[in-house]
Amino acid sequence: MFNRIVVPVVLNHTDRMARTLKAAADLARQYDAQVTYVAVSGKVPTAVAQTPEKFAAELDMFAREQGGEAGISTAGLAVASNDPGADLDKCLLEAIDSTSADLVVMGSHSPGVSDALHLIGSHAAWLVRHADVSVFVVR
Amino acid sequence: MDESSSQTDELIAQLEEVFETDYEVGQDNVERYGLDMHNPVFFVSAGLIVLFVLISLLFPDAAKSGLEATKNWIQVAFDWLFLSAGNALLLFCLALILLPVGRIRIGGEGAMPDFSLVSWFAMLFAAGIGIGLMFYGVAEPAAYYTDWYGTPLDIEPFTDQARTAALGATIYHWGLHPWAIYAVVSLALAFFAYNKGLPLTIRSTFYPLLGDRVWGPIGNLIDILAVLATVFGLATSLGIGAQQAAGGLHFLFDVSAGLQTQLVIIAFVTTVALISVVRGIDGGVKLLSNINMSLALLLLLFVIFAGSVSAFMASFGQTLSGYISYILPLSNPVGRADDTFYHGWTIFYWAWWISWSPFVGMFIARVSRGRTVRQFLTAVLLVPTLVTTIWMAAFGGSGLDQIEQNVGQLADGIGDDALVLFQMLENLPLASITSMLGIILVLVFFVTSSDSGSLVIDSITSGGKTDAPVTQRVFWAIMQGLIAAVLIAVGGSAALEALQAGAVSTGLPFTFVLLAMAVSLALGLKHEHELNQAIQA
Repeated sequence: MFNRIVVPVVLNHTDRMARTLKAAADLARQYDAQVTYVAVSGKVPTAVAQTPEKFAAELDMFAREQGGEAGISTAGLAVASNDPGADLDKCLLEAIDSTSADLVVMGSHSPGVSDALHLIGSHAAWLVRHADVSVFVVR
Repeated sequence: MDESSSQTDELIAQLEEVFETDYEVGQDNVERYGLDMHNPVFFVSAGLIVLFVLISLLFPDAAKSGLEATKNWIQVAFDWLFLSAGNALLLFCLALILLPVGRIRIGGEGAMPDFSLVSWFAMLFAAGIGIGLMFYGVAEPAAYYTDWYGTPLDIEPFTDQARTAALGATIYHWGLHPWAIYAVVSLALAFFAYNKGLPLTIRSTFYPLLGDRVWGPIGNLIDILAVLATVFGLATSLGIGAQQAAGGLHFLFDVSAGLQTQLVIIAFVTTVALISVVRGIDGGVKLLSNINMSLALLLLLFVIFAGSVSAFMASFGQTLSGYISYILPLSNPVGRADDTFYHGWTIFYWAWWISWSPFVGMFIARVSRGRTVRQFLTAVLLVPTLVTTIWMAAFGGSGLDQIEQNVGQLADGIGDDALVLFQMLENLPLASITSMLGIILVLVFFVTSSDSGSLVIDSITSGGKTDAPVTQRVFWAIMQGLIAAVLIAVGGSAALEALQAGAVSTGLPFTFVLLAMAVSLALGLKHEHELNQAIQA
């Protein structure tokens, strides 16, 4: 049913993503699909890496570790943006296109007051509305 | 052979250790309710902003007299310091262009520029200086020529020499010196972030001098001061600019220049800036900057061709020769006789440029990855100076021509300096269209200052992150508009001018900050140069 699964990750918060990563790995095994972990970074130094190149290397390492642990085929796709604060959603959408993914598995928080007021939209909610592939939101 | 290569490895390891810090970007941040803010920079800055606004609203006259007295005292007592610092920073930039460190590439050897040259230049202008070109392109040369508030070097007004000096002095205020100030700050920020891996925030530029202490109270103080200078600089400019733009609208279309019009202008600028920051650098700031530069170019070409090309060529020659022949006497800090001009214009500008340098420098740094130190400095110093020379020759030259030929309102002397541009355009063809274009340019330049300012404040208050939630930059954009509106509506001009004097006064502490930053940058570049040489060997 699915051939390629995209999993957006926040590299310095992967400890909070255990459920999402497991759901993605289970689906990948069931459908024999490949998982691409997508992470968006700015060009300035971050807690993860000092340059976009090192950031991409970190993501590749993460993808290999995940693949080894879960016994699935994985890849990393790092996207460097001039303004990740504003462009995150757009970068994810482009990554879905460029990898020809047919499923997105991503984590999100439960909708709260700020979502109701449209103050801080969740990235998952945005992707559900704008991506034309299936989106599995893990809470 | 083995021994020498292991020595080299050891040298490289030793050099790399110098900039190894345990500090992690965002480690002091508070992440709650989906927000991501540096503690204490965000909270102290926000608190102090509210406090200062309240004080200036409750006691506008006392605040104004107090802060203006401070500003005036600073500008008289430290006049030599401002002027010498400007000269030193310019010489420092020229030295870096010539020295071997000029070859260092911002972001490392393999880094590619993130923006095309055209967009890059457009953003350089749109962030800090575009609005001034609109307001002062005609007003400043006209003021110097007619002795509105002193003349450069006390030259006799209304003479041929006064014309050359007026044009030359204007470029002195808008040319190499201000851009050298911006260049040092932006190069330091860009270098320590992109080459040394430190967070993109003002404090990082002091790492070679202060080491890990920059992550503590000293660093917090520097960053908070930068946030306050930027917020109040932008908000008061927006407030005063709204009053001037309302005056312009009144002059052109006879709409009331009262409070309502001013508030509508602030609301308009803030709304567009809000949309721009939400869309981000590529979809907002860059787009608006490019649109605005195209419109400005259109207006420039119109003024050149609607006036007379030969008159423009003559003015251009005078502006350039005036700049070259007066740059040394104008940058001399000792034994000045032209007190009114020297303190009222030059020192005011120097304090102004320096107090804006954290904002403009930070924004330029954000968009300048991938260029070498030499390319960066040459471009940041020369291109804006050349463009400004053309702009001032066209606008200022036309204004001076009208005064000399006794044409139109300008010949009767400068009344309201905000109207001078429109009074000049009035005597050229298609005045209603060009004046409208002028008003639009003024408003959009306010937008491009406000949106880039919000990005800068957002980055500093989130500890150097560029991926903080959009809500935070929205907060800062709204704050600027809100401060401007509340100051105008409740405190009036006195409150606005009080806080503006406060913002300009931060120029004094930042002068010391900038001089130390230059030393720090020199150390950092030297280190990078040694590292590159060791790696090559």
